[in-house]
Amino acid sequence: MSKLYSGAEIVFKCLEDQDVEFIFGYPGGAVLPIYDELKNHSSIKHILVRHEQGAGHAAEGYARSSGKPGVVLVTSGPGATNVVTALTDAYMDSVPLVCISGQVPTHLIGTDAFQECDTTGITRPCTKHNWLVKDIKELSKTLHEAFRVATTGRPGPVLVDIPKDIQFAKIKYTKPKKEKKSNGKLHSNFSQEEINELVDLIARAKKPVVYTGGGVINSGPEASESLREFVRMIGFPITSTLQGLGAFPGDDSQFIGMLGMHGTYEANNAMHDCDLLINIGARFDDRITGKIDEFSPKSKKVHIDIDPSSINKIIKVDLAIVGDVNEVLKAAVKTISQKKNGFKNSNKQNVSKWWEKIEKWREKDSLGFINSKKSIKPQHAVQRLYELTKNQDTFITTEVGQHQMWAAQHYKFNKPNRWMTSGGLGTMGYGLPAAVGVQIAHPDKLVIDIAGEASVLMTMQEMSTAVQYNLPIKIFVLNNQYMGMVRQWQELLHEKNYSESYSEALPDFVKLAEAYGCKGIKADNPDELDVKINEMLEHNGPVIFDCRVDPNENCFPMIPSGKPHNQMILGPNDKDDNKITGKGKALV
Amino acid sequence: MSNPKSAYNIPTKKSKSGTHIIVVWVDNEAGVLARVVGLFSGRGYNIESLAVAEIDATKNISRITIVTTGTPQVIDQIKLQLKKLVPVHKVADFKREDKKVIFKEMALLKVVGNRSKIDKCLKACKTFNPVILDKTKKSVVIQITALRREIDKMNKKLKSNGLVSTSRTGAIAMTRGSEIFK
Repeated sequence: MSKLYSGAEIVFKCLEDQDVEFIFGYPGGAVLPIYDELKNHSSIKHILVRHEQGAGHAAEGYARSSGKPGVVLVTSGPGATNVVTALTDAYMDSVPLVCISGQVPTHLIGTDAFQECDTTGITRPCTKHNWLVKDIKELSKTLHEAFRVATTGRPGPVLVDIPKDIQFAKIKYTKPKKEKKSNGKLHSNFSQEEINELVDLIARAKKPVVYTGGGVINSGPEASESLREFVRMIGFPITSTLQGLGAFPGDDSQFIGMLGMHGTYEANNAMHDCDLLINIGARFDDRITGKIDEFSPKSKKVHIDIDPSSINKIIKVDLAIVGDVNEVLKAAVKTISQKKNGFKNSNKQNVSKWWEKIEKWREKDSLGFINSKKSIKPQHAVQRLYELTKNQDTFITTEVGQHQMWAAQHYKFNKPNRWMTSGGLGTMGYGLPAAVGVQIAHPDKLVIDIAGEASVLMTMQEMSTAVQYNLPIKIFVLNNQYMGMVRQWQELLHEKNYSESYSEALPDFVKLAEAYGCKGIKADNPDELDVKINEMLEHNGPVIFDCRVDPNENCFPMIPSGKPHNQMILGPNDKDDNKITGKGKALV
Repeated sequence: MSNPKSAYNIPTKKSKSGTHIIVVWVDNEAGVLARVVGLFSGRGYNIESLAVAEIDATKNISRITIVTTGTPQVIDQIKLQLKKLVPVHKVADFKREDKKVIFKEMALLKVVGNRSKIDKCLKACKTFNPVILDKTKKSVVIQITALRREIDKMNKKLKSNGLVSTSRTGAIAMTRGSEIFK
């Protein structure tokens, strides 16, 4: 007879079989048997966070920078509810997470026991799937299924709720079976006809644009290689969503910058005027499309996505290819190179006029700003940070707000998985714990959280985690003392009534850093910026960098709410004739 | 363009909304109905009626029949979103006007009154396969099977003849002929 294992042991056996190296968690009453078992499994390292939300974001940072699923372990009740924000964030941005939560013993479920909550009920809308394991026989099967669901198709978070008595119960362990039928949830069965149609559209296009998203990153590093080959082959301009940055080199001449609400003038105008739009792994998010009725009115639209429900959800497309981005791009590249009609060369001629137009738009220099000798402009700070770190393999995380957009605009990414930001949910407080997770996955690389002072205070406690594990993350705070994006919207929409968007009592970030046992640096003068940034980079340990920037700077260019792509506000002097009016005011 | 849902959509013209019957085959496991219903409420789709029961005890399969209204784009989304749920096996969608599909709803009607009122009610129900399930001197419980709007009509009509209580199922559907939905 084979050996009997407890539920807690089975949890670890499953994690070992899934090649899990790190779990991010926080102990509590209902997961104690699992924590007790931790000491017997040396291949798995537990990272103790300071708040369960931090565990979730750290696991997201780990997953997005490594391509492996992030694993979270939390207790019942508040442990589970605290992780809900991170699960929702992962769901919106398609990040594979496996969250294991403790639950009160099965006989107490439904009795309002201490630290009981309906975890599967609460997390049902913010996970791809979740399970409450009420029978020890189901445990190993469920855990392996959880990893499969989280990582296949469009990735996302899952949760497995394990009551305490199940963690103690004993049973034989069964190894995971080799990929069985996937219940129709895998979608990569596109046809050669669809690829031919795509190639045909490409051959006929005169004003094309390629618009890529996070799906390219999620498809793996190979997909980025395929994308580069594809785009260079066809010679089209390429733009990217916030999540897709890095899939195509940011400093390449074919790259016309990020698109959308704070995208470049050339990218948004190209989207508006194009005759062929190829969406690769993006979802026509409302930050991208602007006003739907006037979105890219003259174009044929192609949508390549692994999730069939993304197709025609917002924008009706002419050609939908449901499949893994890498597979589709490889097939397209193959078909194009096989074609003997020589369009490989002639097509670039077709689009040369279009490139001339794009170069005209580029001349507007829409990311430009008026620099200052007296105060540090936040854009300038990000540019300096980029210049001083571009020679190493740098990983950037961000919080949410103006600093996030400035980072996206002025920091140029050349590789996938180097840019971790909360796009869909827009979670302030994401960046610091995410940086913790990224540094765990890449201990020898430079990891910087470009932060805002309001956001970073939401999860500041995770500095303690960084210090505990000696993770040399750099928290680069663009401190303007405002919730900058809130202030910007109040300026544009609410007659400069800055209701509650100014932070009256900010901490001294240098002292705060010292209190956590790490290094604090402050810069408030453009002259000292480079020296101070280098000081931060040279310090071997976590740093909080308090970069005091011009508090009144706004993030431009901007598509005002309710406006189409070709009606952007380009800078502070432009906004008078482009006011947000009427129904646009009610939009977010 | 039809009327997609987006924060940036300022509705200009609405495309036509139609009534559809969505049939979903699911694993009969804890919480599966909550997943399906939660999807509808969470994404703002509406449910006119809902009928659910296990149809295959050995394979643990339940069949959920949902009547909903929406534009073609919304109906497409409903189907695609349902297919993404892990316990969902297949999803079928029929238009209410579809002649190839039978839709039926059952109702139990309790009528209290004298002989002549009860007789009037029974007469009115004649075309809807009435079955008398219980009868006393001053009351009757009638079972009818009909379309939703017919039951609506009966419900109104019989009020004056002593109808005191109505209980009805949601619609269920089945294709005509030998074909089955795969």
